[in-house]
Amino acid sequence: MDYDLIIIGGGPAGLTSAIYGLRRELKILIIAKAMGGQAAIAHEVQNWPGIESIGGFELTQNMEQQAKKLGLVTDSNEVLSVVKLEDGFIVKTNKDEYKAGAVILAFGLTPRDLGVPGEKELTGRGVSYCATCDGPFFKGKNVAVVGGGNSAIEAAEYLSKLANQVYLVNNSAKFNIEESVMQQVMAISNMNILCGKAVSEIVGENKVEKIKLKKFESEAAPGFDASETLCKLNNAEALIKNGDHEELVVDGIFIEIGFTPKTDWLAGLVELNDRKEVVTDKAGKTSVEGIFAAGDCTDVGFKQMIIAAGEGSKAALSAYKYLAAKRGLVATPDWGTKK
Amino acid sequence: MSEYTFTDAGFEAEVLNSDKPVLVDFFATWCGPCRMQGPIVDELAAEMGDKVKIGKMDVDQNPQAAGKYGIMSIPTIMIFKGGEAKETFTGLQTKETLKAALEKLI
Repeated sequence: MDYDLIIIGGGPAGLTSAIYGLRRELKILIIAKAMGGQAAIAHEVQNWPGIESIGGFELTQNMEQQAKKLGLVTDSNEVLSVVKLEDGFIVKTNKDEYKAGAVILAFGLTPRDLGVPGEKELTGRGVSYCATCDGPFFKGKNVAVVGGGNSAIEAAEYLSKLANQVYLVNNSAKFNIEESVMQQVMAISNMNILCGKAVSEIVGENKVEKIKLKKFESEAAPGFDASETLCKLNNAEALIKNGDHEELVVDGIFIEIGFTPKTDWLAGLVELNDRKEVVTDKAGKTSVEGIFAAGDCTDVGFKQMIIAAGEGSKAALSAYKYLAAKRGLVATPDWGTKK
Repeated sequence: MSEYTFTDAGFEAEVLNSDKPVLVDFFATWCGPCRMQGPIVDELAAEMGDKVKIGKMDVDQNPQAAGKYGIMSIPTIMIFKGGEAKETFTGLQTKETLKAALEKLI
């Protein structure tokens, strides 16, 4: 099947690109595992201009409905590759092959994993990447939260209301959060804070039984220094020394170490920066003519829904201009070519 | 449209004793990714028709089945046939993945 434009990703960047492109009568396909992206998981959005407060799911569903009314087609298979031809691109998924005049990369960020033994095998069996989803399964149990940023501390605070003991494991002694917030978290009676330790293995037969921890020598990290005085352990016996590592008995481990762009499959095609983000210019162009990019998967300075949406519109307008020029047409402004 | 709402009380009769493959979407109202999974399961149910049973189960209202199958993460989707759990998927799944798994069991 041929499309004018294939958009990879269905979050605010991809959906806004689609709306802009469809209004210019481009034939568009979005390939995305699910519509909405990370934005759809946001409990409440309070910084979308014109709407005081809305659920992330409702907001992205509105975008999807809007695009579908304009004729959007979607596919939820996984994109394996984009190949440049002389007159366009081939986008291959695990099931189909599509031809496109232009491509927009808008697939956002993916939660970062620890990459330690046991993690994959025990995902859904005590290893979780979503504290608000899975927290209630750990009522009265002992859980670890890995990370030192905002999302890890939020998760630890939330879980402390449900779990017996919460162990916040951070590989540095610094937490990337305001000191006042950290002091409040420290004061929670069932909160344990383990600094300068990294998880080296997650152990369990059918479910998580314990985690192995190793001392971690980190470089100076930014943020508030919790240092020795603030790291605390309610029950020193919980941490068992075993040879070169320590073991902590927990029923669950919540991994909150941020997000990363999943761009390995693009290496060699478009330019990536050292953070593996897609490098774009001010018009949303990548290093390859005809491939554009928008939103959190790019090197844009802020990862925000409104910015992703704005960047998405820019990429779509650039793609439209590119396609029009190739076909010898004059790019027209958006006066509502579609009703 | 063949979408069911499963409960602990009806689990044996509706799911385990069913003569067709049954897909159960374990979810909770407070889980973001579950809300993304919902419309995908709805679409699948509409497409698959009467060859299979497809439905949702709120783990808050029905903790027994979720406990019995050791569910610790949602969304979890399980496919049953002949009273046995044949497949378990954790995390957001695409329509294609679920469809392929169901078709193997028809």
